[in-house]
Amino acid sequence: MEREQVHKMLRDMLRARAFEERAAEEYSKGSFAGFLHLYPGEEAVAVGVIHATEPADYIVTTYREHVHALVRGTPSKAIMAELFGRRDGICKGMGGSMHLFDAERRFMGGYAIVGETYPIAIGVGYAILLRNLPEAVICFFGDGAVNQGTFHESLNMAALWRLPVLFVCENNHYQIGTEIHRHSAQTDVYKRASAYNIPSEKINGMDVLSVYSTTERLLKQIRNGGGPYLLELETYRFRGHSMADPGTYRPSVEVHSFTSQDPISIAAHELESSYPTAEEIAKVGPDCITQLTEQAQQTGHLLEQDLELIKKDIENEIDAAVDFAMNSPEPTMDECWLCFQNNQRAETLL
Amino acid sequence: MHEEILYWQALNRALDIAMAKDSSVFILGEDVGLFGGTYRVTEGLYSKYGEARVRDTPISENSFTGLGVGAAMIGMRPVVEIMTVNFALLALDAIINMAAKIPFMSGGQYAMPLVIRMPGGVAKQLAAQHSQRLEHTMMNVPGLRIAVPSTPQDAFWQFSQAIESDDPIILLEHELLYFTKGVLDSSIEALPMHKAQVRRKGKHLTIISYSKHALVSLQAAEQLAQQGIDTEVIDLRSLSPIDWETCIESIQRTHRLIVVEEDCKFAGAGAEIVSELTERCFFELDEAPIRVAGMNIPTPFNAKLEAASIPQVEDIVAAAQGFRLPS
Repeated sequence: MEREQVHKMLRDMLRARAFEERAAEEYSKGSFAGFLHLYPGEEAVAVGVIHATEPADYIVTTYREHVHALVRGTPSKAIMAELFGRRDGICKGMGGSMHLFDAERRFMGGYAIVGETYPIAIGVGYAILLRNLPEAVICFFGDGAVNQGTFHESLNMAALWRLPVLFVCENNHYQIGTEIHRHSAQTDVYKRASAYNIPSEKINGMDVLSVYSTTERLLKQIRNGGGPYLLELETYRFRGHSMADPGTYRPSVEVHSFTSQDPISIAAHELESSYPTAEEIAKVGPDCITQLTEQAQQTGHLLEQDLELIKKDIENEIDAAVDFAMNSPEPTMDECWLCFQNNQRAETLL
Repeated sequence: MHEEILYWQALNRALDIAMAKDSSVFILGEDVGLFGGTYRVTEGLYSKYGEARVRDTPISENSFTGLGVGAAMIGMRPVVEIMTVNFALLALDAIINMAAKIPFMSGGQYAMPLVIRMPGGVAKQLAAQHSQRLEHTMMNVPGLRIAVPSTPQDAFWQFSQAIESDDPIILLEHELLYFTKGVLDSSIEALPMHKAQVRRKGKHLTIISYSKHALVSLQAAEQLAQQGIDTEVIDLRSLSPIDWETCIESIQRTHRLIVVEEDCKFAGAGAEIVSELTERCFFELDEAPIRVAGMNIPTPFNAKLEAASIPQVEDIVAAAQGFRLPS
């Protein structure tokens, strides 16, 4: 793994974490209302997957999608302004937190009805097929979404017509408050793909590096006509389902066990591993982040400073995003109608 | 070119022309390909354009309609055929939550050049699950446009316009119209998709209807004419948007209104039409408007009861006779 690539991914994970924590803060202050589903804990999924995409690929996501848009390249200020419902939001204040769209970056939307991402993804995939282009669609969904009919309907069609879709299950073990053993007879999501002759695998979604390299390999295969694939990523959200959910239904031992696997710590660890040497890392062991940090400080290498610089940068970026959002005007009802009738301007209806 | 043609042939012609002209047009649905379409609308297209553009789908209404939505978002012009309007109930998420919302929620970033065709209405003894009319459900959804052609000419025009439009369009086709004959004149300029048409001029009262019941209303108007009641018949051609101006202009001359619909009376299309026109023409109306509509009952299988549950020519005639006309 290139040190630069790891740097970029770590940076995006830290941006993601900072963005979401700040969004929660603004929400609590009353800067905006509505539903707000946050991503802390799951960063390795969006970051690992989306870093492996090409600009020509398409991304379809759920309502927990700020980070996906951010990593795809939508400016943080345009996302924050959308959360605030302002005119300069990426959707002009018409979509909000759960409905981020960015056509320019082939970001096909955040969908707030569970199970909608599959039909959209196979539709985009079908268009790619008709156009015969080397492009792929990444279709995100949660473990709770695999019990919707559209999962089965769409996987069947994806397989029938060999559509270029990578189905990515962000398995955080919970459909809101119902744990996977209480909502799914088959708790290994990837196994369900075999019913449609779609190859699949499950990997650790807390490890951004393996998420990245696996996705990169799969997307290459898909763009080359390899047909659909299902990738299950085991992850965990540190917060409740949404800001309306304190997450009290989860045993603290479970929360703790995943917190110790925080993907950001893991990525930081990997970054450290390229400096000092691999032997030194091996000696320290994989789960000794604190030890390594201390060791790094003792050897006086630049990592800690790098990290501080990155963090400072991000803090400035998020501050600027919030300022931008706060100062962006409210959209008017005229603008609202323009968005609604945007596609009929050239037409005579009556 | 001026020719006699069946309703399904007019739809088939429109689709064929669009597919020949624009490679982004494709059709998908159950049995649209090899089989040629339940009502023959896609006949001959599978062999002409190939299976990728005339795609037979599994029985998965919500997902293949949603597939159309996704493809439309990136510039394709999908035509989705839902075998009957009754099955569209399984696709309402794709229609209402996706197709109708995405262009708006994205702040106008995405177009939705999607056409969804649905045969429907009371046909011949198909029983309650296969005889529904769902226009009221679609009408209540901002973002959907609904065309309800009653003639081969309109079927050809409105389907062609729907394919060219960047909005999602629902085409409701009455199952008993597919084998009706009419003139198709390709040399005359098409009416705008949502423009209503006065099918018969009259001075005593206005009947507003759509789809098959616009034709039933015309038959009633002929009978009424023999009794000296001169009836104007407006075929709406579209249920969203509705061409209110044509309706108002007529009421200003006749001062009496009957709305005829095959759908159930309660909270149906007629309720919207009557209330809007009452609000806008209250002082033009000499008498309370009347709705002649389907009963609020699931459609019975028995043929006589089935017929009795929806408006017939004589029901419309009787309603018109109830008006106190100037002598």
